Amino acid sequence: MHHIYCPYCEEMREEEEYSYTGEAHIERPKDPAAISDEAWADYIFFRSNPRGIHHEMWYHAAGCRRYFNATRDTQSYKVHETYKMGEMPTITAATVAANQVAKGDAS
Amino acid sequence: MKKYSGFSLFKHSLSHHENWQAAWRSPQPKKEYDVIIVGGGGHGLATAYYLAKVHGITNVAVLEKGYLGGGNTARNTTIVRSNYLWDEASKLYDHSLDLWKDLSQDLNYNVMFSQRGVLNLGHNLQDMRDIERRVNANRLNGIDGVVLNTAEVKEIVPIINDSQDIRYPVLGASWQATGGVARHDAVAWGFARGADSFGVDLIQQCEVLDIVTEEGAVVGVKTNQGFIGAKKVACVTAGNSGVMAAMVGLRLPIESRPLQALVSEPIKPIIDTVVMSNAVHAYVSQSDKGDLVIGAGTDSYNGYGQRGSFNIVEHTMSAICELFPMFSRVRMNRAWGGIVDTCPDACPIISKTSVKGLFFNCGWGTGGFKATPGSGNVFAHTLAHDEAHPLAAPFSIDRFSTGHLIDEHGAAGVAH
Repeated sequence: MHHIYCPYCEEMREEEEYSYTGEAHIERPKDPAAISDEAWADYIFFRSNPRGIHHEMWYHAAGCRRYFNATRDTQSYKVHETYKMGEMPTITAATVAANQVAKGDAS
Repeated sequence: MKKYSGFSLFKHSLSHHENWQAAWRSPQPKKEYDVIIVGGGGHGLATAYYLAKVHGITNVAVLEKGYLGGGNTARNTTIVRSNYLWDEASKLYDHSLDLWKDLSQDLNYNVMFSQRGVLNLGHNLQDMRDIERRVNANRLNGIDGVVLNTAEVKEIVPIINDSQDIRYPVLGASWQATGGVARHDAVAWGFARGADSFGVDLIQQCEVLDIVTEEGAVVGVKTNQGFIGAKKVACVTAGNSGVMAAMVGLRLPIESRPLQALVSEPIKPIIDTVVMSNAVHAYVSQSDKGDLVIGAGTDSYNGYGQRGSFNIVEHTMSAICELFPMFSRVRMNRAWGGIVDTCPDACPIISKTSVKGLFFNCGWGTGGFKATPGSGNVFAHTLAHDEAHPLAAPFSIDRFSTGHLIDEHGAAGVAH
């Protein structure tokens, strides 16, 4: 069971208050009629589904009823951060990899 | 391969069963194969078996990063049925069911396939309408099925709670008498032994780290045991399919989620069929050991951790206890999670890709076990002929851009 910090309520709440609503930062094509079927399928169905750092949307269904983003590790299930819609993550797969390299150098 | 028989059992009893031939070899990988199958679960091993047996392609390696059948093959609830709504899906699963019937004989390995029937319960008027529609569709496709009312369900499962004042009353069910269960490990082991007997190399503890391509065509894989060459690479990696696809820069319409199951302490025989409920996300059967085998739903979020959330198990158990009040005092022994590759239309992807020589068989989601022989059979055809088996053709990855989805979500009586 996750405990997730809602950036709008500014409180830790239990997973059951939230609904997971899928990968974050997927932009709807500006002009759907202008793009190919493949590009439209990529937008609708295809996902990055990484093992590791994943940016995803959650909906605080039994709370403030607002959507927000989270950066979570899909292997360890650790929620690294949550942030409001429109904001960008501070932790990404690249920053985590860089941190691991830095730690490896230190030891 | 030495055949198993009653006589061999007797013969080996004289030497205290210490001289049985190993069920398969543990070879070193060769430099080059005709086909490399990534993933030594049920589907991968079945693919190797049918490649060798039906298509005569025996220069094949199955690469498994852990041990054979240690992933979702070891983590499912072993239910076999074919009562899917749409023509494409029902034909694929029914092809599999046909293969199940003779599988023990074919493999000379007892997969303990038991056609004890499968009930899919309905709890409200809409459920019952969906069940009637699905059973009618099944019968038109030559798949047996009947719609039962509450009293008829009670007759098949006397311990079920048939009172109408519970939260999810049993209004009826669909009944597929030819459905049932099989012994999951035996399926993997039987296919492994069969494939090995044709000369297929089963290489365990061999993790694929990268898929190597040259000019848009596969030339082999980089593994923790070195480079292994092959012109055809087939990924049958279930929950890890997205990770495999990313190695060649492909994306799949798949999200990997934890799906949980649990077993109780062994009890005396109490339920001799399979009871599934889509609406309350619970299903139960009893293994030959006596444990109740209970399946829960998937977690809502992506995960690769092979464990699920406790609230999902709690939800399933409350449903099971309402349907079977006598189970409230049974202790649960073990719970575990498997990583299932869920597709938007809850149907598999059996397909070539834009990379020449790279094939995927994935997206079976929460219901792949029942398809093990059929999946291997049609995928082997696809690999051997470089062209989809007629039953596999509708499951091409192209369907996501053509729009010809096979929407089994919620329609197949499955707890998705």
